[in-house]
Amino acid sequence: MVAQNIAFGILAAASVLSALRLVTTKNVVHAALYLVVVLSSVGAIYVLLFAEFVAVVQILVYVGAIVVLFLFGIMLTRAQLGRADTLDNDQRGIAAVTALFLVGVLTYVLVDYFGDDKLPDYENMSQAALNAERGTRAVGDSIFSTYLVPFEAIGLLLTAALVGAIVLARRD
Amino acid sequence: MLINQFLLLGAALFCIGVYGVLARKNGVLVLMSIELILNAVNINLIAFGHLWGGESAISGQVFALFTIAVAAAEVGVGLAIILLIYRNRTSVDLDEVDMMKG
Repeated sequence: MVAQNIAFGILAAASVLSALRLVTTKNVVHAALYLVVVLSSVGAIYVLLFAEFVAVVQILVYVGAIVVLFLFGIMLTRAQLGRADTLDNDQRGIAAVTALFLVGVLTYVLVDYFGDDKLPDYENMSQAALNAERGTRAVGDSIFSTYLVPFEAIGLLLTAALVGAIVLARRD
Repeated sequence: MLINQFLLLGAALFCIGVYGVLARKNGVLVLMSIELILNAVNINLIAFGHLWGGESAISGQVFALFTIAVAAAEVGVGLAIILLIYRNRTSVDLDEVDMMKG
């Protein structure tokens, strides 16, 4: 448990600090690289929550595909590659107030309701039993039985989004 | 580990994302901040699934996978729209996109 808490602390600090840099940096390419750090740390946090398959998908889809898509977007919109002072608008003050207010309200609500509720640690359960309950095989079984219709809908949505993106971006 | 560790991390990432959406005017950076918000939601889904265990653990993971797929679709269409804005007015400055203002 102690090791997991230390790992959580490191990962949480890395993700929050990189996220803060992501929304304040003056360099667009650095923002994309900070996004990689945030997404990888969040993927590692999924491992702490016994969700290995989601962690692997996070790395594959987010770091492998979406960040590359962002880099292409930066390249195609010919963003200024060095420091640029034109990335922020003039609402920074009020945006910071809104974000701090939100974090305050959320923290109050969560601490008030969940307090010191502990996550189950499953130390009395064997690795095999844990895998049978929530491993990759169980997730796959669930996707192709309980969640089959939503899964097909997601497939249709991805196809529609792909066709839509091509229609929008095509030059003719 | 406490459930609140994960929920508060999600809340922090969510609020940083909200700040990014409000304070950035480069379209690509606004999309990146939206990704932060979606990741915060995924942390919450998986944390609650882990908290309740059994069927809920699977449901949380499956919903997180669906969110990731929707996020991928959203980024594809979003970047296509930003590219179109750039092509029409040679800038991705979202403050200049105010055709809908009366």
